[in-house]
Amino acid sequence: MMRRALALLSFIALLVPAAARAQEAVVAGMSQNRVSITANFDGSEILIFGAVKRDTPPPPDKPLQVIVTVSGPQKPVTVRRKEHRYGIWINTAAVEIAAAPTFYAVATTGPLETILDKDEDRKYKVSIPLAIGDVKMPEEGADAQAFIQALIRIRTRSGLYQLKPGSVNLSQETLFDTSVALPSALTEGRYTTRILLTRGGRVVDEFRTSIDVRKVGLEKFLYTLAHERPLIYGLFSLFIAIVAGWGASVIFARLKQR
Amino acid sequence: MPIYLPIAEISVDAFLLVGLGGLVGILSGMFGVGGGFLMTPLLFFIGIPPAVAVATEANQIVASSFSGVLAHLRRRTVDLKMGLVLLAGGLVGAFLGIQLFNYLKSLGQVDLLVKLSYVAFLSVVGVLMFVESLRAILHARRSDAVATRRRHTWVHALPFKMKFRTSGLYISAIPPLLVGMAVGILAAIMGVGGGFIMVPAMIYILGMPTKVVVGTSLLQIIFVTAFTTLAHATTNYTVDIGLALLLMAGGVIGAQLGTRLGLKLKGEQLRILLAMLVLAVVGKLGLDLLVEPLETFSLGGGGE
Repeated sequence: MMRRALALLSFIALLVPAAARAQEAVVAGMSQNRVSITANFDGSEILIFGAVKRDTPPPPDKPLQVIVTVSGPQKPVTVRRKEHRYGIWINTAAVEIAAAPTFYAVATTGPLETILDKDEDRKYKVSIPLAIGDVKMPEEGADAQAFIQALIRIRTRSGLYQLKPGSVNLSQETLFDTSVALPSALTEGRYTTRILLTRGGRVVDEFRTSIDVRKVGLEKFLYTLAHERPLIYGLFSLFIAIVAGWGASVIFARLKQR
Repeated sequence: MPIYLPIAEISVDAFLLVGLGGLVGILSGMFGVGGGFLMTPLLFFIGIPPAVAVATEANQIVASSFSGVLAHLRRRTVDLKMGLVLLAGGLVGAFLGIQLFNYLKSLGQVDLLVKLSYVAFLSVVGVLMFVESLRAILHARRSDAVATRRRHTWVHALPFKMKFRTSGLYISAIPPLLVGMAVGILAAIMGVGGGFIMVPAMIYILGMPTKVVVGTSLLQIIFVTAFTTLAHATTNYTVDIGLALLLMAGGVIGAQLGTRLGLKLKGEQLRILLAMLVLAVVGKLGLDLLVEPLETFSLGGGGE
């Protein structure tokens, strides 16, 4: 009897956070849900904004935090390392990462490690190292982390990975907004946008939507032609080369005659 | 003016690319080299993915060398007959080279072997050429007499003699065939057009006049790079026509200017400049191997 009561109590205890979770929910929007890559595309900025809907007043002890992530399509990548051998620098080791996002941005209201618990981070894969997928090691698997860190370092330098704590504005625990800069070197595909609400390090609500990044017009035509009619595309490239070479020669010959 | 490149998937400044194309085009018209050795690192530097850079540049070289050949044809400094013989050897060589490359690849560590032999080979060629042309320049200064370089070597003792009127040669067809073949093999293995190797070989092994060499080498390069362009376009889909067009716009003009500049110079002056260029390239390759890189890690596409 006593046992059953305990089990029931713990069951109720489990239910409570779930109920609390439902009390606050994200309502969000974006300045655009598609990015068109045209010939003069030079990067884009996406504005992500929203509000927190709640039935009861917010708990006063744990402040609300907002995390926004934007993740590009997952692609395999090989990371190589050079080492000093026999007096010269050569590639000695390579690690293949089966799936890493081609773009990944995390914007938050505060430092990520204080507003999100470690196990919640693992569950929702928010921080940059966790967003990177399976790693295949060819030989000794000791320093896979060094390769992952290198990938993050190189992509952060080129603006493809961004960690921006404090870049989400949150007013009165209700309205929030942030902007994410998409660089010009953008891979086509579906970019997943997530908005996570946290309180005391626990995720309260999650909202997902996506941005469609597509080439349009001439860019799309050329890309499709190159992949679906490669021979025609190749011959076309050669034709243009010959015409350009001939054209320059004719123009110069005319100039000289004058 | 930023332009988004459809295949490279990156946005770059259009004027910068036209300028780069022009610079490399001048070298091409002057020395009869494709210029890939210079363009590849420059394109990497602006962030073009390596596979796209290599393939697209081949396409651009077709344009600038065609432009250069037409300029040379007008001045009758292309030996068409010699070009065809070299090309025949080159095709056989390229075919053999691809087989050899695949074999080396199956053994592993082929990149390093290629790079090291390339550095060794080019530095020998560069130094020999530099010394020879320097001597010729000094000699010409001392005595005003025009130095004629007519030597009888093993090249002249072989059968199947042919007349190459433009070059003023009456030699066996075997050496040009072999030279073409060797360059074809090297081009296939190293992924370069081979102008760097072809030009010195034509001058020193075949004994062709320096001025004819430039145009004839460009003729070769058109065919080699056209083949490379098609191969990359159909197997790797890495030819970026947007990038190629921008590079070509500068390249074809540069090739015309380079041809004019080259014809103003004396043969030995042209040779010494080329020797210095070769040595500069070797120096750069050597430094890459010897100096610690800023970033010891590099990224590549998956599934390699």
